[in-house]
Amino acid sequence: MIHPIPPGTRDVLPDEMREQRAITDGLHRTFDAAGYGEVWTPMLEYEEVLGSETSGASGYRLFDDQGDVLALRSDMTLPIARLAATRYPDAEPPLRLSYFGHAYRSARRGSGQATEFLQAGVELLGVPGPDGEAEVIDVLLQSLAAAGLARHRVGLGDSALYRELLANLEVPAEHHADLLARLAGKDLVGLEMRVQQLGLSDAALRLLSRLPEMRGGPEMLERAHDVAGPALDGLARLYATLEERGLADRVILDLGLVRHMTYYTGAVYEVYDPAVGFTLGGGGRYDDLVGRFGDPRPACGFALDVQRVHVARAAEEGLR
Amino acid sequence: MSSPRLTIAVPRGALMGGTLDLLDTLGIDTSEVRANDRKLLFEDAGIVTMRPSDVPTYVAQGAADIGVTGKDVLLEQPDRVVYELLDLGFGRCDMVVAARRGDDAMDEALRRLGRVRVATKYPKITSAHFAETGRQVEIVEVKGSVELAPLTGMVDGIVDLTATGTTLRENDLEVLEEITVCTARLIANPVAHKLKAEAIDELVARIRDGRS
Repeated sequence: MIHPIPPGTRDVLPDEMREQRAITDGLHRTFDAAGYGEVWTPMLEYEEVLGSETSGASGYRLFDDQGDVLALRSDMTLPIARLAATRYPDAEPPLRLSYFGHAYRSARRGSGQATEFLQAGVELLGVPGPDGEAEVIDVLLQSLAAAGLARHRVGLGDSALYRELLANLEVPAEHHADLLARLAGKDLVGLEMRVQQLGLSDAALRLLSRLPEMRGGPEMLERAHDVAGPALDGLARLYATLEERGLADRVILDLGLVRHMTYYTGAVYEVYDPAVGFTLGGGGRYDDLVGRFGDPRPACGFALDVQRVHVARAAEEGLR
Repeated sequence: MSSPRLTIAVPRGALMGGTLDLLDTLGIDTSEVRANDRKLLFEDAGIVTMRPSDVPTYVAQGAADIGVTGKDVLLEQPDRVVYELLDLGFGRCDMVVAARRGDDAMDEALRRLGRVRVATKYPKITSAHFAETGRQVEIVEVKGSVELAPLTGMVDGIVDLTATGTTLRENDLEVLEEITVCTARLIANPVAHKLKAEAIDELVARIRDGRS
């Protein structure tokens, strides 16, 4: 007799759970030591409160007995923004919160993607600019080490950069959405083709079509500086702050980095490990999000996919 | 140079020759691959071979760092997260709508029944094309020779990839609409694109130089 569970979900048995628990314990100690208090939020929220961004991404909606639409959260950042705005409306900044919770994202059957996944992360509210971002990246790197990884790297970009470059280089607004979609879709062939049709100077053309290739050390900032100018200032300041804190050697500057959630307003980052071909997590700055639920507050954070961190740790052991 | 070596996913079938020729120009030894039809994994050359539609899967999962596949495959698998780095130019084919010669079954079906029935191996491309042109479509997904479907009266037309049009002509079908041109593309795993940036950039630069 087969009693199936939905595709993309899983049971966890003691051997796996023991290893996973060791990872989450390490993460929890790190979050706690850095002053990030742990919170829980409900798995189900009203769709109209969190917005269709989360239910659209999670793909799971249901009606309660009142006929209201409930949605499973697709990440923890939106619920934490709601929590911070409603439960801490008058709190003195900064507010440091951490969480462990399951989130949901629909995936094509047979894709091998999880639809239910355990996220662990932190959100730092009320600290603007590179100081906030550098603190969060610091906690992120400590967390990955505490989870037992040794070879992890963090890709660092600016979600506003490409949009800003399009505006500064006076690319007509009607092309922006298409170009940004191609950048987000990693379609570099289509991006170059469209940029070539814009009739820009050679240097501008090169920057807009080759930006996704600019990933590596601080020399990327120099390479792009002549054309990009002040649009790079935010990223340059953050990188300098990371260097001061001695964190830059784990960081790859990635000028073309784009993340899927649309609420990011500045720095964005992704976690890689050479042992596996997928990202382990990511995050960024989302200064406009808390304002959707109450008084605006600058904020940034990260989330790790605990299962993926576990897989990466096992794969790293295989390489040793 | 000390940059890590890349694992390359090479498509079997129509794109294989062009891909191996390209790898030869980059100084990768493909003789063992050419000499061996059954073997799939060639560790010395860093090459894995597979059907073209599996290339995005292996690359997205990181089993291969980079790969070559057709644009048709990429359009049909938009949820595979891979970088599309280069249009390699070879393996040029047209994605077309075709129907029986001299037959207006498609227009008639649309006018009288409100929808066209179309057989294809490319349901996503077909659905997008008909949506863009404002026509309702019923897609019948088939795995084998699509040309058979309209001949038996199962569908009004087909969407398929054609290089020369010979197979269509031999089955008394004609091209009605050209949807897009598909060529071979170089793709990369998103993590390899960051962590093996130097090796990938070098390869891309050499392919670009070779063409100009």
